[in-house]
Amino acid sequence: MMSPAHYLFLSFALFLIGCIGVVTRRNVIVVLMSIELILNAVNINLVLFSRIFGDVSGQVFALFIIADAAAEAAIGLGIIIAFFRNRETLLADEMDLLKW
Amino acid sequence: MLDSILFYFFAGVAVLSAALMVTRRNALHSAVCLVSTLLAIAGIFLQLRAEFLFITQIILYVGGIMVLFIFVIMLVRLDAPIHQIRFRMQRFVAFLVVLALALEGVVILLLAHKLPGNGLLIQGSAPADKLPPNSEALAKSLFSDYLLPFEIASVLLLVAMVGAVVMAKSRKRTSES
Repeated sequence: MMSPAHYLFLSFALFLIGCIGVVTRRNVIVVLMSIELILNAVNINLVLFSRIFGDVSGQVFALFIIADAAAEAAIGLGIIIAFFRNRETLLADEMDLLKW
Repeated sequence: MLDSILFYFFAGVAVLSAALMVTRRNALHSAVCLVSTLLAIAGIFLQLRAEFLFITQIILYVGGIMVLFIFVIMLVRLDAPIHQIRFRMQRFVAFLVVLALALEGVVILLLAHKLPGNGLLIQGSAPADKLPPNSEALAKSLFSDYLLPFEIASVLLLVAMVGAVVMAKSRKRTSES
């Protein structure tokens, strides 16, 4: 069996890549997908510690996170479709209605 | 030995396709790369003996959420705004964020042997064949200890469903009524 550090660093790397995606990408759909990646990185941590401590609570929380991710994807994509209908674009740079 | 081979295979696939996802220009390519990442993470779950989450990940994430993403990507034509105005400071800000996070990781790595709970190895936990059946244990915990969060999650999903319908509904019909 691998040591926990391996899994922690895998999770850390995926989290980092997700953060890079959120910050650098301008396409809103790709930003949403990066957020999904971040949630999955957290899930790896939860499942790992659930395995270490022999307690299924971590897996239950991972299940809740998956449900949250589904809700978030549904709402986010609904917002994206509504936005695309109004402004004909998906670039985050164009969403500057609140900009000074 | 087999464990480490499997781990490095899944981890390599996950990290590689995650990096591809962030760098691809075409959003559809990004979505396919994310599907591959999610499948690799499902493999990691299976290696950590979380069979129920493994199958949930594949059915719900890959089969549900990612199909929704690809559906929306195909619904909104992304080819139209192909010329993109670059925000000049963006790379710089991204570099700063990545540097800060990587620095944090290095600090954690350096302090790792000083943290409490050191030597907490997976070898110390129960062997795989002594574990209770995963789905059974998960269901027992979910429907006894976490019953209230479970109900709240169902309300959340209902709200999300109604919200998605309201968001995606055509604007004309609401103004007529």
